[in-house]
Amino acid sequence: MNISFSKHTLANGLDVLLHEDHGCPIVAVNLWYHVGSKNEQPGRTGFAHLFEHLMFEGSQHYDRGYFEPLQGAGATLNGSTNADRTNYWEIVPSGALGLALWMESDRMGYLLPALTEAKFSNQRDVVLNERRQNYENRPYGLAPMALLAALFPPDHPYHWTTIGDIADLQAAQLDDVQAFFRRYYRPANASIAIAGDINREDALGLVRHYFENLDPGEPAGPVRASASLSGDARIRFEDRVELPRLYLAWLTPAMFADGDADLDLATDLLANGKMSRLYRRLVFDERIATDVSASQNSREIAGYTQITATAAPGYALAELERAILEEIARLAQGGPTAEEIERGRVQAESQFMLRLQTVGGFGGKSDQLNAYNTFLGDPAYFDRDLARYQDVTAASLQQAVARYLDPARRVTLSVVPQGRAALAAPGSEPAAPS
Amino acid sequence: MPGPARSFTFPRIEKSALANGLRVWTVPHPGVPLVAFTLLIQHGAATDPPGMEGLAAVTADMLDEGSGDRSAIEMHEALARLGAQFDTDIGSDATVASLTVLTRFAARALGLLSDIVARPALREQDFLRVRQLRLHRLTQLRDMPGALADRAFLTLLYGAHPYGHLPIGTEASLTAMTPDDVRAFHAEAIRPAVATLIAAGDCDHATVVRLAADAFGDWTGSGGPGDKDVQAATVPPAMPRLHIVPRPKAPQSELRIGQVSAARDTPDYHALVVANTILGGQFVSRINLNLREDKGLTYGARTAFEFRRLSGPFVLQAAVQTSGTARAIEESIAEIAGIRGARPVTGAELELGIAALTRGYARNFETADQFGRAALQLALYDLPDDYFAQFVTRVERVTSDEVSRVMTRHLDPARLTTLVVGDVEVIGQDLTRLGFGEPVVLPPDAY
Repeated sequence: MNISFSKHTLANGLDVLLHEDHGCPIVAVNLWYHVGSKNEQPGRTGFAHLFEHLMFEGSQHYDRGYFEPLQGAGATLNGSTNADRTNYWEIVPSGALGLALWMESDRMGYLLPALTEAKFSNQRDVVLNERRQNYENRPYGLAPMALLAALFPPDHPYHWTTIGDIADLQAAQLDDVQAFFRRYYRPANASIAIAGDINREDALGLVRHYFENLDPGEPAGPVRASASLSGDARIRFEDRVELPRLYLAWLTPAMFADGDADLDLATDLLANGKMSRLYRRLVFDERIATDVSASQNSREIAGYTQITATAAPGYALAELERAILEEIARLAQGGPTAEEIERGRVQAESQFMLRLQTVGGFGGKSDQLNAYNTFLGDPAYFDRDLARYQDVTAASLQQAVARYLDPARRVTLSVVPQGRAALAAPGSEPAAPS
Repeated sequence: MPGPARSFTFPRIEKSALANGLRVWTVPHPGVPLVAFTLLIQHGAATDPPGMEGLAAVTADMLDEGSGDRSAIEMHEALARLGAQFDTDIGSDATVASLTVLTRFAARALGLLSDIVARPALREQDFLRVRQLRLHRLTQLRDMPGALADRAFLTLLYGAHPYGHLPIGTEASLTAMTPDDVRAFHAEAIRPAVATLIAAGDCDHATVVRLAADAFGDWTGSGGPGDKDVQAATVPPAMPRLHIVPRPKAPQSELRIGQVSAARDTPDYHALVVANTILGGQFVSRINLNLREDKGLTYGARTAFEFRRLSGPFVLQAAVQTSGTARAIEESIAEIAGIRGARPVTGAELELGIAALTRGYARNFETADQFGRAALQLALYDLPDDYFAQFVTRVERVTSDEVSRVMTRHLDPARLTTLVVGDVEVIGQDLTRLGFGEPVVLPPDAY
């Protein structure tokens, strides 16, 4: 299986990816800008995401909310920002493709004339409320801030979260928005995928009609930064939580780099499902934890593997840390079993097939084509991406674990109930994420 | 202007039943080599006996903890060998086990699903662990403003009614539970007479029926046929209108505003769906535009009629910045009151709401899982097979007058109850000016 497509690059640099699937009378429009919080500077964090909000507030030739005409045409739509990219998508009935493209082109070309101080200040309030809801007023909600700050040095763009710092958001100015738009929201820094009930030629004609005349701009260009850990950075903070939680994190290979798929499967066999090694030991047998999870978070210029476990009442994080490190050492020394490798392969196949079912939205076929195109310049990467997982061997997985999940170079974060610092992993220094 | 929408047809659902009463439905949707099995049991948390809140959920949680000689770990190893996506889900009216696999594993998947649902081991040692994890979860919920609000709000609305508790139950009820309670509940509630197996995706009915007969043919249950309806208890009468669960120093207040309202079988269903879309069911709804896009008080506010077999709740929910709590409540209640007639929906609003619900309707039917979940709605709420085919026409017929009429019939501002999880020190004073009397302060561990 693969995602069949054609790729065209307009004279202004906009990449156009077209995929036909007539299973359902809908079309997905998916537009990626190669900009994320990685393109921000210290002191100006949270900006890429705040900017995403402004893209829904109207543009020069339709200076009202972005949602109304599209919902009136039967669309569903959304957008998201992460460290590496910002995406926007609509799923429309087949007949409304032109409308979606016109709306996208107008905000790509003509956002600024419609942007006002009032819109800016309203959406900054909304984003501050998003931050309160998803981070500040949520148990363990500030852990990502503490973890990323300890994993990556202050001048590395993964040092901060995409939601940004409160003070930076409050200090953001309308001028910053304009400069940001002019630099990053340009055809040459964007890729549009259209998937679904289309005729490719007609769709390409519409894209040309709406986008061809926009000024090209420049691709954002690569962001270079490096990170390394020389020891075990042990930090803790107190939070309004009932149970202490331990986070272990390591710097690991970037997305699609050697070792990335190995660590993805390794974290699965460690903590995905009741039969996984860590769940079985910590939650099932020893019952020292209430939950455990693990993930390889691969990003464009670096990755990090994270293991998270919450202590059962009466247990300190030191006990969880010991058990987790023993299991990692066992995997690094003995490797996975043949059965674990086989399970990893079939799970990857199943996951990839699930992704082929939808044309749009987050993770659908249009989003996948754009991800491969934006990060690799190669939208045809689907089958080779699956092959990365099928090619993982017991030896390669074991080597990746031994090399990257090194107990001597990691971050150990403890989040403990107020006034219960003693429950933290031993030797932790207080941190104050906000 | 957008062109006409290409018409969309829901596939014909093929239906059979096994001798033991299990209904077997197939929704063919070829394309990707996947099949989604959904097993619906028409007993959920509303079936919990009084004092045993959480029993249905514990039972659902115990289903995949092994079968026969197979341990819980071995069961999950078997699922993982198929690359299966397995999940159990419990609501008030139903328990649902779902299993999605690559087509080539369909027969093995059904075998596992029948072991899970019909023949779980229900061992004491597994029960003790599962219950302990649920107790820990309850402990953690105390720090989650949204979960705390959901829990307290249901109890406020429904009291001792079967819908008055979250599926997870309470510390007291979980602690009192025994493995025998789970075994008895499984025998009485989880049986073929109240079950429907739905296969959706890359599959054909004859094969599904044959595989289902192999896997589920000898499944029996001890209860009588079909008694799936929970008896409706009385919903508590009007109560104090404003309640607070204190959360000192909270940067936001978690809000719930609502009342007991319509059941899924109301003849007003389509009109209520349209009305809710306009009031709080879409991004451009009155409430979201007001609280978020105009005032910037929240990341998002929404309303829903949570339709169930018995009268379900209407709920507005939003997390609003602490300083704007009283204002958000005032605005929300004014919006709810307004749509009943003082500010009837305009032609433009009606047109937009109907278009949003109908023009893109086809996108709800793209994946095997979506087809399975759609068929599940038909089975759970006794809807006709042409329900999806008729939806667009029925919605298009809704008028502005009808919106006012059904909102007046199913919502009563004088009976709306408001719950706030927030910083009572900061907002308490402000709340008294709402005219709802002195807020009733609820302790966080009251539920």
